[in-house]
Amino acid sequence: MYTEKVMDHFTNPRNVGEIADANGIGEVGNAKCGDIMRIYLKVDDKDIIQDVKFKTFGCGAAIATSSMVTEMVKGKSLTEALEISNQAVAEALGGLPPVKMHCSNLAADALHEAIKDYMEKKGK
Amino acid sequence: MKRIYFDHSATTPVDREAAALALEYMTDKFGNASSIHSFGRESRKAVDAAREQVAALLGATPNEIFFTSGGTEGDNLAIKGVAFANRKKGNHIITSAIEHHAILHTCEYLEKQGYEVTYLPVDEYGMVRIEDLKKAITDKTILISIMFANNEVGTLQPVKEIGRIAREKGIYFHTDAVQAAGNYPIDVNELNIDLLTLSGHKFHAPKGIGALYIRRGVKVDEIQHGGGHERNMRAGTENVPGIAGLGKAAEIAKRDMEKKTARLRSMRDRIIREITEKIPHIKLNGHPTERMPGNVNFSFLYVEGESLLLNLDLKGIAASSGSACTSGSLDPSHVLLAMGMTHEVAHGSLRVTLGRDNTDEDVDYFLEVLPEIISRLRAMSPLFGAGGTARAGNPCSECQAHSH
Repeated sequence: MYTEKVMDHFTNPRNVGEIADANGIGEVGNAKCGDIMRIYLKVDDKDIIQDVKFKTFGCGAAIATSSMVTEMVKGKSLTEALEISNQAVAEALGGLPPVKMHCSNLAADALHEAIKDYMEKKGK
Repeated sequence: MKRIYFDHSATTPVDREAAALALEYMTDKFGNASSIHSFGRESRKAVDAAREQVAALLGATPNEIFFTSGGTEGDNLAIKGVAFANRKKGNHIITSAIEHHAILHTCEYLEKQGYEVTYLPVDEYGMVRIEDLKKAITDKTILISIMFANNEVGTLQPVKEIGRIAREKGIYFHTDAVQAAGNYPIDVNELNIDLLTLSGHKFHAPKGIGALYIRRGVKVDEIQHGGGHERNMRAGTENVPGIAGLGKAAEIAKRDMEKKTARLRSMRDRIIREITEKIPHIKLNGHPTERMPGNVNFSFLYVEGESLLLNLDLKGIAASSGSACTSGSLDPSHVLLAMGMTHEVAHGSLRVTLGRDNTDEDVDYFLEVLPEIISRLRAMSPLFGAGGTARAGNPCSECQAHSH
């Protein structure tokens, strides 16, 4: 039911963990729904994402999309990162089963929350 | 890679003897059991023999056994058949909140037809309380339908006592024994059962075959109309290969019952004991002792069930979960929720159901890989460890998929 790419990211998730001195943290979902994603960002002065990590409670799709989005935004500017949608993450994984599109495809939302948190902290 | 099947509540492999017999009745002995010629007669003979074997498994008589296509049909026939045939006596049915959907959705359908249904709650172990049952009975109650053993958590219901109460009140008692039949000793007379549903593929018979036991004298309307098969109770040409296979599987199940249940129980108890010792933050789901011999069901906090299943599958182990993600819906198992479990805990449930071909080595391997998988997933979980406090007040309100 999952693509090879989803299984690859699920089996070997990239950028798992926390960033101790993160300057942007975003979280979406809740445990009741069965999915929580938290993204940690380390953004430099030029608004470039130097480092990104995630922690996710959820199904295979939730873990794979979290991993994928971290790979997509590392080294990118915030402007570029804000353009990434949940749909784009799913597409980068070669698609998700329809039932997963709603509940487990929230990684870009978590990323955007983290960017918002960074902006607020910076007073932008 | 070594593959281990720990999902026997979902289905079981067909016994080779049963399969060989079924094949014989597809190829060489293909007659229609209703035909008068020799081809028909040899098929009829097989159907009669299987009816005796299934009856023997349940302590019933052969003319109380009606072959069906499986559990869902048996449940439909029992519930609707009793409801329609006894409409003049009353319109009230009592069942439980943890039944299989074949019961629940059938009852919901009857509610639309003007019947009233009481769905009894269960305790934290998934067991119906006799007091609740007694209180629910009215003078309009025509049927009590309570499952023998739950398919998810394996809890055995107080069937004998329920049957006794039903008998006392002159109410029919049906039990969905899809999990228990062939896997747990059942005597319909000793347990005061009036109707009982069984499904072949849960005990090494082929899929697509089952039976409904109907005690002599119980009034049931047929729900499928056509020819006069199964003494007008179930129209349709007999699935002779399936029936022959079911009979053989029933015979084997009866023969090996004591040995098999003792073995499964010992493997089950070892898994429960060792998981409890090895893995922190867990909860055993279901009753500690009154449970199916092959059923283990745990919730692993901070872990989501589908991820767990996928990881086990990558290691060659097939199990199941009550997580929403594995049920095809967006809500976790109705059984776990009815037992008072929170969504969070229900999402992290793992069901292991053992079968006759499992070995101690299978259990060794499972107990070796499971703790690693749990630690890995927990290390990834924002709910676990330092900073592991899920933000409260992060409501699911935007989650439209839950508003059904």
